[in-house]
Amino acid sequence: MNDSGTFWLPEAASTVAAEVDGLFYFVYWASAIIFVGVVAAMIYLAYKYRRRDPNDRPEPVEESRLLEISWIVVPTILVLLVFTWGFQTFVTLQTAPPNAYQIQGQAYSYGWNFEYPEGAQTTDELYLPADRPVQVRLSSREGDVLHSFYLPQFRVKQDVLPNRYTSVWFEATEPGTYELFCTEYCGVGHSQMLGEVNVLPADEFDEWVAEAGINEDELSLVELGELQYQRNGCQGCHSLDGSAMAGPTFQGLYASERAFADASSVEADENYLRESIIEPDAKVVEGYGSGIMPSFAHLSERDVTALVEFIKEQQ
Amino acid sequence: MEAAAHAASQTDAEPRTYLNHETSLWEWLTTKDHKKIGIMYLISLAVVFLVAGLLAMAVRLELMSPDFSIMSASQYNQTFTMHGIMMVFLFIVPSIPAILGNFVLPLQIGAKDVAFPRLNLASWYVYIAGGALTVTALLVGELSTGWTFYTPYSSQQGTAVIFMTGAIFVSGFASIFTGLNFIVTIHKMRAPGMTWNRLPLFVWGLYATSIVQVLATPVVGITMLLLILEQTLQIGIFDPALGGDPILFQHFFWFYSHPAVYIMILPAFGILSELIATFSRQRIFGYRAIALSSVAIAMLGFLVWGHHMFVSGQSAISSIVFSLITYLIGIPSGIKIFNWIATMYKGSVWLQTPMLYALSFLFLFTIGGLTGIMVGVLGVDVHLHDTYFVVGHFHYVMMGGSVIALLGGMHYWWPKITGRMYNETLGKIAAGLVFVGFNVTFFTQLVLGSQGMPRRYYEYVDRFAELHMISTIGSFILASGLFLVLGYALHSLFYGKKAPQNPWAAATLEWTNVAAIPDPHNFTSTPLVTRGPYDFHKADEVFGGSGDGQARGDGAGSDASRLAPPEAAPSAPKEDASA
Repeated sequence: MNDSGTFWLPEAASTVAAEVDGLFYFVYWASAIIFVGVVAAMIYLAYKYRRRDPNDRPEPVEESRLLEISWIVVPTILVLLVFTWGFQTFVTLQTAPPNAYQIQGQAYSYGWNFEYPEGAQTTDELYLPADRPVQVRLSSREGDVLHSFYLPQFRVKQDVLPNRYTSVWFEATEPGTYELFCTEYCGVGHSQMLGEVNVLPADEFDEWVAEAGINEDELSLVELGELQYQRNGCQGCHSLDGSAMAGPTFQGLYASERAFADASSVEADENYLRESIIEPDAKVVEGYGSGIMPSFAHLSERDVTALVEFIKEQQ
Repeated sequence: MEAAAHAASQTDAEPRTYLNHETSLWEWLTTKDHKKIGIMYLISLAVVFLVAGLLAMAVRLELMSPDFSIMSASQYNQTFTMHGIMMVFLFIVPSIPAILGNFVLPLQIGAKDVAFPRLNLASWYVYIAGGALTVTALLVGELSTGWTFYTPYSSQQGTAVIFMTGAIFVSGFASIFTGLNFIVTIHKMRAPGMTWNRLPLFVWGLYATSIVQVLATPVVGITMLLLILEQTLQIGIFDPALGGDPILFQHFFWFYSHPAVYIMILPAFGILSELIATFSRQRIFGYRAIALSSVAIAMLGFLVWGHHMFVSGQSAISSIVFSLITYLIGIPSGIKIFNWIATMYKGSVWLQTPMLYALSFLFLFTIGGLTGIMVGVLGVDVHLHDTYFVVGHFHYVMMGGSVIALLGGMHYWWPKITGRMYNETLGKIAAGLVFVGFNVTFFTQLVLGSQGMPRRYYEYVDRFAELHMISTIGSFILASGLFLVLGYALHSLFYGKKAPQNPWAAATLEWTNVAAIPDPHNFTSTPLVTRGPYDFHKADEVFGGSGDGQARGDGAGSDASRLAPPEAAPSAPKEDASA
């Protein structure tokens, strides 16, 4: 997290934060002016009318109706103004946009579980897309106590209750890492009930959520291969429908005859596919440039095999 | 108390005073004298304040830096819980009414005692029983619920919670007894001529407080009883595991505990009016506005409890209504501040220790009030709720308001209570230390809170380390000031100069018509009140300039001989006294 907060407020990282901060500073400055006025008047009067002689016998001062009415009316107008503004901000905070991305949050003593619509689950880590409204539906575990979901950089907070849903929404503006605190006292682990909020750019978030939502060990090789095809960005160059892109299409690739620039050719079997993934420039099909595709030697054995099986399926 | 009585009886043998009259321990413990009951409360509450204050120091020490630790998380939770419970329920709520209200109220209205002296004594015993139950709670188990007892956490904490809620239930009756007593006393026991418009504002403050005590305290009693029933009989009221509703508990709790804030602050407002008027030698500006705004606050105070629950899950419409009423209650408090400041206009401002506390109060309570406006703003409260901003805010109101006013009042009435003057120089130094220490401690907490530091955290992230360190240093300055007060107060009991009848040249009856140390029955003859409580200018009409020599004191400085007090009220004719 960068330290771009002010003296009073931490960094602002949600759309509503700007509105809350504006209101905070309006009340702050209005208060500061009133406070300085009160203290200045107090010091001035205490000095100007300081006791000069124990026998001072000041004349009683007549009360001024006008003065009294003015210091009733002016503060009343001020607070009603602040109320109205605070009310509007509150309505914004309470009203989630209908298209908000839904995350389920469950609090327990002492931690947080989050579950995403795609099936991903995290503990003490909340992943969020930037620039997309998100609604978190919260509840506390059965038989657990109250907690409160607080994102200081987002200026939102919502108590979490057992046996009941509450919800909170926000829209993160800046990718980065932020704090999640529990702010309803819940026992010895209260101050350790922290979480980390990771805001990702929308596209990275989509990737993350697609990836994190699946237990790879339970996938068949072909399904895992499809996942790796998307995760590693293969689809950027290799189509599945026969259309030519920066690289050859995968459609009908397996068992086809590959012709190379040096007029040699080879049948695309499993070992050919494997070599092309790990060492792409070893054999470059005629019509395509070398040095374009990076090596994927870092993939695990199972991932590579999965990719090969996936490509074999594309007939 | 006996030391004071003893010292007084030795050096001041001739006149009968309440301190040299019936001095045995048994006579003290069975006394029906409101002044002695006030002193018994003073000693009990001083002990509670000392213990709860030391707990606060332990909390600050633990939080001094992220790496430094003097206790475990569980011990820390118990420490702040006991700090909160003792300070709120056993110290601040009873403090001003039970100590100064008991001592001063009958004197100020020209009465021999409160309306029900036995009930008054009973309230002290009930309070002590509450204290005993508190000690029991500590002995039977760990108590770590926080002073708010939120369910379902508190439902899962076992027997200590039952004893503690029992203690609050019992000590609530002490509040109710005191409140009832004061209401009846103010209605029925005023001296002839003491009309409602001539009541000192301290009495008005206590009157408003008493109404709240009598109406609100039963609610916390019932709530605590329901908690006990739920735990012992396993019926679902607040605990969702039994089918109860935790938010219902919060409603019940704050329905008392918000008005309780006014129980704590209204008598402080009363003290402030006395201090500002006396030390400005000026009639209080807007007497009627101050008196009536206290009553307005007492009434509106019942309708704002939901502002503690903006993020609890209560309906948005409730939150909006509570926020609006919260603003309306801010106005009468503001009016008082402006009135007090205007009282100094064309006055003769005498900066003795009590006045320094009064000016501190104006400074600190204004911050307390304005931060209250801040947390009342719906959209902003969502960010600030349950952070150190709220901790800072209520300490500015409770300690910066109530406790500072109590300190000012204790210094002001100390000569009347003990017959001794405290050391003025040390008094001023202590007032300065308390003021500086308080601000260093709690202003930092306002910043911590708005930066996002949550309440009741045993550990915290590194970015809060610096501010926590400053706050802890401030708490040491604050504590040094308070210990200095304790030191010179004890010293003055034995070695302080004897106080004159009216060292501040105040105009209310406890100074003008009561001996330096009051008679056991307060007044030698019932006063006949012919003027307002702050008619300082009328002194000359009676005495023609300089005083009668009875009214000077160390507090008056070297020019004391020229100090003229306001006139004493004449005695009421005997036949009118019964009317």
